[in-house]
Amino acid sequence: MTEAIVEYRGISKYFAGIRALESVDFACHPGSIHAILGENGAGKSTLIKIMSGVLQPDAGEMLLEGRPVTFPTPHAANDAGIVCMFQELSLVPDLSVADNISISRPPRRFGLIDRRAQVARAEELLAQVRCEDVDPNALVRELSLSRRQMVEIAKAIGRNPKVLILDEATSALTSRDVQTVYDLLADLKTKGVASLFISHRMHEVDALCDTLSVFRNGQHIETFAKGEKSEREIVRLMIGRDVEAHFPPKPAPKPVEERGEELLNIRGLKWGNRLNGIDLSLRRGEIVGLGGLDGQGQKELLLALFGVLRDVDGEFHIGGRKGLPSSPAAAKSGDTRIALVPEDRKTEGLMLGMPIADNLLAASFSKISRGFLIDPARARKAVDEEVERLRIKVGSVADPVMTLSGGNQQKVVIAKWLMTDPDIILLNDPTRGIDVGTKQEIYRLMRELANEGKALLFYSSDYAELIGCCDRVSVLYSGRVVSEQEGDAITEESLVAASLNIGVEAA
Amino acid sequence: MTHKAGWKRWLFQNIGFATALLLLIVLFLTYNILHPRGFSSAVAIQNSNETAAIAFVAMAQTLPVLLGGLDLSVGAVMTLTNCVASELLNGSPWQILFGMFLTLLTGTAFGFMNGCIVVYGRIQPIIATLATGAIAIGLALLIRPKPGGNVDDDLGWALTNSVYDFADTYGLADGGNAWWLRPFADIPVPIMLIVFVAVVAWVPFRRSVTGRTVYAIGSAEGAAYMSGLPIERAKIAAFTLGGFFAACGGLYLAIQTSSGNADIQQAGAYTLNSIAAVVLGGTSLLGGVGSAIGSLVGAMILRVISFYFRILDIDPLLQPLIEGVVLLVAVSFGAFRTLRVKNQLDLFR
Repeated sequence: MTEAIVEYRGISKYFAGIRALESVDFACHPGSIHAILGENGAGKSTLIKIMSGVLQPDAGEMLLEGRPVTFPTPHAANDAGIVCMFQELSLVPDLSVADNISISRPPRRFGLIDRRAQVARAEELLAQVRCEDVDPNALVRELSLSRRQMVEIAKAIGRNPKVLILDEATSALTSRDVQTVYDLLADLKTKGVASLFISHRMHEVDALCDTLSVFRNGQHIETFAKGEKSEREIVRLMIGRDVEAHFPPKPAPKPVEERGEELLNIRGLKWGNRLNGIDLSLRRGEIVGLGGLDGQGQKELLLALFGVLRDVDGEFHIGGRKGLPSSPAAAKSGDTRIALVPEDRKTEGLMLGMPIADNLLAASFSKISRGFLIDPARARKAVDEEVERLRIKVGSVADPVMTLSGGNQQKVVIAKWLMTDPDIILLNDPTRGIDVGTKQEIYRLMRELANEGKALLFYSSDYAELIGCCDRVSVLYSGRVVSEQEGDAITEESLVAASLNIGVEAA
Repeated sequence: MTHKAGWKRWLFQNIGFATALLLLIVLFLTYNILHPRGFSSAVAIQNSNETAAIAFVAMAQTLPVLLGGLDLSVGAVMTLTNCVASELLNGSPWQILFGMFLTLLTGTAFGFMNGCIVVYGRIQPIIATLATGAIAIGLALLIRPKPGGNVDDDLGWALTNSVYDFADTYGLADGGNAWWLRPFADIPVPIMLIVFVAVVAWVPFRRSVTGRTVYAIGSAEGAAYMSGLPIERAKIAAFTLGGFFAACGGLYLAIQTSSGNADIQQAGAYTLNSIAAVVLGGTSLLGGVGSAIGSLVGAMILRVISFYFRILDIDPLLQPLIEGVVLLVAVSFGAFRTLRVKNQLDLFR
C-alpha cells in the first residue's frame, strides 16, 4: 500500500471528562475513498473536526505525509491541503456564490479582489459540478439547500485538496447531483486525492468507497476493504456493546381494543423538504419512540406538534380537535395539553441565570396567579411539590439554575412541563449528556407518567433507550417513517438496519 | 434558477439601498422646487456643509453595524478629533497639512484601540464603545475645556464653498477660471471631499479580503471561521476604518465652524443620528448586509428632512417627531422578513 497521507497515532479527545475519542490509530491513503461508519456519538465528527483544525486533540499525534503536524485553526488545515465540508454548511448567506467559492483566497488585481476573474473561476468550478444553472452573482441566501450543498462542493474542490472530507455531504442532494458527486470523487481518486466519506446511507458507501472504517464509542474498531464483510457484519460491528442502563419493566402489549384513548393521530405530515409525509398515532398510557439517525426529521416533527413550525401540511387530530396548535402557548393550554422537553436545555429549556423556582414556574404562571399577580404562597407550594416529586437536588430554589448538575437541570425542565399537567409529552433526547443514575430516574418517571394515562412521544439517539423504554418505535429516514416496530420486535439490529434504511431483518 | 439580468439582480439584492436612494431623490427635488432659491449653488453649498459631518460619522457607524455590533463612540471620536483639529489647523501650509494628518491619525488610532478592546478583551462592541466614547469626550475636554480654536481662515473659506472658490483661494487653475474646471466649478467642495473619501477608503476596503470578511462575520460568523477567514484582523480593521471616518467628520466640523467644541450633547446626538442613517441607508442591524454608501444616503435623508422645516411653515418643535416617524416607517420594511420564517424558533436565534 502507498504511504498514508494522514495518519493518527493514539489520538484522544475528551469533552468535560467524557470520552469522545480514545487512543485512535487511523490512516487514510492517497487515491482512495474511505468511508467512516458508526452510530451517533461514535466519534466520527470529533475525528474529522480534529483533522480539519476545528478541535485540538488532548493526546496523540497526527502525521501528514509522514511529518508530524498540528492544525490550530481550520485555516491551517486548509493551507496543508485538508478541506472539509461540514454538515452545517460553511457558506456565508449574504455573500454571492462567487464570493463564497473563493472566499479566503480570491483572485486579485492591484491588490484588490478581481470580481470578473472571481466570477469566471466560479463558473468554471460550477461547471465541474454540473451546476451551470447556478448564477455566480446570486446570493447564497437565495439558493435552495441542495444548490447550496453543491456550491459548498465547488468551493471545496476549488481549494485543490489533498484530503477531502465529506461529512454527510449528500444528505440534501437530488439523485442527479449525487451521481455528479460520485463521478467527481472517482475523478479525484485517479488524481491521488484521499476522500473521507461520512454517510449514513449504506448504499452510497457501497457504491462509492473502497475502504471502510468502523468507529464505536470513541474507538476505532476495524478498517477493512469493501466487500470483505457483509452489511450484517458491519451493523454488528457498529453496535457491539453492552446495554448499560436498566429499564423499568414494560407492561405486556395489549390488543388494540384494550389500549388507551387515541390522543394524537397524524396523517401525511409534510413540512418543507424536511418532513415528507409522516403517519403517527399516540394513545394514552403508551410510550412511542422515534428512532433513526440524527437529522432525519425527528426534531422537526416534535416542533411541528408543539406549534413551532409554520406551513405544515397534513391531517391532524389532537384529542377531539382537528389541526395543530398555532404556537407553544396554544399547545400547552388547549383541551389536550402538549408539553415539549426541547433539544437544547441550555437555550430552549432553561433560563440559565434565573432562579430554579422561576424556571420551574415558567410554563404555568397562570395556575399560580390571582388576576395579574403571582401568588407567592401558591408558587412556593407548587415548586416544593415538584422538587419533591422529581427528587431534584437543590440547595435553595432561589439559586440560579446553572448551579445545578446537567442531570438536575434536565429534571427542572421536565418538572416545569409536568406542572402544566400535560396530556401529551414530547421528549427530545432528554437523557443526552446526563449521568446514568439520573437517566434511570427519568426512565422510571416516563413509565409512571404513561401509567397515569399520559401519552409520551420520545426521540432518542440511543437505541438502547428506545428498546428499554418504548412500547412502540417508529424509525424515521429522510422525513418519513420507514419502519414501525412493537414490543419484542424492537431490537438493536432491527433499529440500526431501519435507521440505515437497509433490509437486514432481525434473525 | 435562471440568471437574472444585471440590474434586476442588483435591485433585488440592494432593495434597501435602492429605496433609500429613491426617497432621497424625491425629497431633495421636492425641497429644491419648494425653495425660493432652489437648484442654486448657494443652497447646495449650505446643504452640503451641514451634511458633511453626519455623513462621515454615518460611514463610521456602518462598519461595526456590518459586523453585527454598534459603536457608541463615533460621535465622541468625532468630537475629540474636532478639538484636536481646532488646535492644529493653522500656520504654514505644511503645518496645516501635518495638523490634518495628526487629526486623522488620532481618530484612526482610537478606532484601532476600540477594535483591540473588542477582539482581545472579548467585550461586546456596544459596551466597550460606551466606555471608550466617554474616554474620548474626556480627552476632548482636556484639550478644549471651552469652545474655541484657531483654524486657518483661508482653509475654512476654501473647503466650505464651491470648487471655484477653492481654486480662487489658492490660485489654482488660473484662479478657478481654467476651461477644464468649468464643469465642476459650481459643485460644493464638501461633496467632493465625501466622494473622495468614499472612493479612496471605502471602495478598496469593500473589495479586499478583510472587507469581505467583515460582511462574512456579520452574516454567519461560524461559517466565516470554518472558511478560514481572518476574523480578528477584520474586526480590528473595521473599527479602525470607523475611527478614520469619524475623524474625517471631526476634521470637517472644525474647518466648517473654525473651532472645536467638546460638547457632550452634540456627540450623543451624532452617535444616535449615525445609527438612524445607517438603518435608513439599508444596512441591517443584524450585520452582513449594507454599505457605507447607503449610510451616506441615509445621512442625507435625515438632513433633507430637517431642511424642510426652514422653508415650510412647520413648527420646528415637530422636527424630532417627524424624523422619528420616517425612521420607523423605513425600518418597518425590514420586519417583512419575519413573515417568511417557517420555523418560529428561528426568530429568536
